[in-house]
Amino acid sequence: MPINDRNGVKVWQVRDRNNQLIRWAMWMAAGIIFYVSWMKISDQTTWFFVYDAPRIAADIGGRALPPRWGYISQLGKPIWDTLNIATLGTVFALMMAVPIAFLAARNTTPSKLFIRPIALLVIVSTRSINSLIWALLLVSIIGPGVFAGMIAISIRSIGFCAKLLYEAIEEIDETQVEAITATGATRWQVMVYGIVPQILPAFAGIAVFRWDINIRESTVLGLVGAGGIGLQLQSSLNTLAWPQVSLILAVILVAVVIGEFISAKVRGAII
Amino acid sequence: MNVTLETQIGTPWKKPPFIKNSTLRWGLLIIAVVYFFMALGSMDVNWNRVYQGLERGRRFVAAFLHPDFGSRASDIKEGMMESVIMTVTSTVVGIAISIPIALGAARNIAPLPVYLVCRFIISISRALNEIIVAILFVAIFGFGPLAGFLTLSFATIGFLAKLLAEEIEDMNKVQAEAVKATGSSWLQWINFGVQPQIMPRLIGLSIYRLDINFRESAVLGLVGAGGIGATLNTAFDRYEFDTVAAILLIIIVVVMVLEYLSGIIRARVQ
Repeated sequence: MPINDRNGVKVWQVRDRNNQLIRWAMWMAAGIIFYVSWMKISDQTTWFFVYDAPRIAADIGGRALPPRWGYISQLGKPIWDTLNIATLGTVFALMMAVPIAFLAARNTTPSKLFIRPIALLVIVSTRSINSLIWALLLVSIIGPGVFAGMIAISIRSIGFCAKLLYEAIEEIDETQVEAITATGATRWQVMVYGIVPQILPAFAGIAVFRWDINIRESTVLGLVGAGGIGLQLQSSLNTLAWPQVSLILAVILVAVVIGEFISAKVRGAII
Repeated sequence: MNVTLETQIGTPWKKPPFIKNSTLRWGLLIIAVVYFFMALGSMDVNWNRVYQGLERGRRFVAAFLHPDFGSRASDIKEGMMESVIMTVTSTVVGIAISIPIALGAARNIAPLPVYLVCRFIISISRALNEIIVAILFVAIFGFGPLAGFLTLSFATIGFLAKLLAEEIEDMNKVQAEAVKATGSSWLQWINFGVQPQIMPRLIGLSIYRLDINFRESAVLGLVGAGGIGATLNTAFDRYEFDTVAAILLIIIVVVMVLEYLSGIIRARVQ
């Protein structure tokens, strides 16, 4: 136990001197990095605008409230599109994620040397790029619209779903698989009767979880032209129609809360 | 139902269904199929346009084979630096704000009024998409990395405080009580009774959030909140797919490295 002898009085300490010094140096380094980074941000900021921010915020708030309730009649179709983007995107993502997950899991992959790294690469690369960037890309390739948004959402979700799914596959109980194999089942039968029942709850949970996230993400895809309620948001922002912006934000908030509520209920029922 | 061996012999075995109630099962299936076709029907795809775009898609895929790091090197470097700076500062500030909010949002530590206020802050931060927050902050604070920094800090609060509060609620009460029994003050109680229990989780979550913040900082530039996103957007607008491929490859590599590091660190603290 590190004890400090201070004028003959023994005082207990959490750490001994070397540990204390190392910690102090690490905090110091972190502090310097933070300070340097902050100065860079500060250099690129027009502080006059920041000092003025409370007034601007109050001004925007004053313009935005009350929301233009009449505009809600034009939001029905966009919100339906947003829901479709999220749901169909999740469905297509799952269709592609399942085979990839089986190829990536250590215990089901046909080849550890060649196929597993490729599957992992697909997972990492689709996961690390935000759906908004995918949407930007797809809009420039296949044109603006709901279709581009849906594809963007599904590509982004492949990596996420496949990663969680292959981790679930790797954690299955091998004895059940062995029992099915012992009956003389073929490779496919082992998969259907030995592995699938074990990962089905995880699969359903992942699907609903991702659907919830996709609702959030599909609300902003319209900002780059990929359909949904984001298009209305973008055009309202461009014309500085703040009462419409506040109404759209309220609608998005309600949609997100409902999505989260459904997802929590379904996950609660499964687990 | 009377299940005996005699009645079962001779009948083939059937897989038990995932949802036991058969009305619910078929009802959900029919609703799903009807919805699926309605949704597909409302999605008008201009196949002609898609077909024309395939050529551009092929060019984009080809661009990944020869990404162009060179011709916009200074723009890419500047954008990346800005993204990294925004990530670091916003993670630090976000964590610093999250910790008191997490303490307030844990029911076993905070009194009810504080608990409700902190939970409200968390749910607001979680419900608003980063991009929407960024748009508002850009409108209020002007263009530049400050808006991005504020957005990411705000988003970090919802994520970190929620998960940390759950960890505090799950902690071992006995240890905290033992510290309290020595006559410690409130701050000492938190520092020696609670903090050591949640530290591994806090470190793991912080590194995970660093990773998320970097990924998010890549898109904030699309709405003018600084970072590599602005460079990426410009490259898309000019159809410079070689540069786009280079930027995307850098993002993927950085995310992979961060994920690898966070795996090592998390394995070490736990």
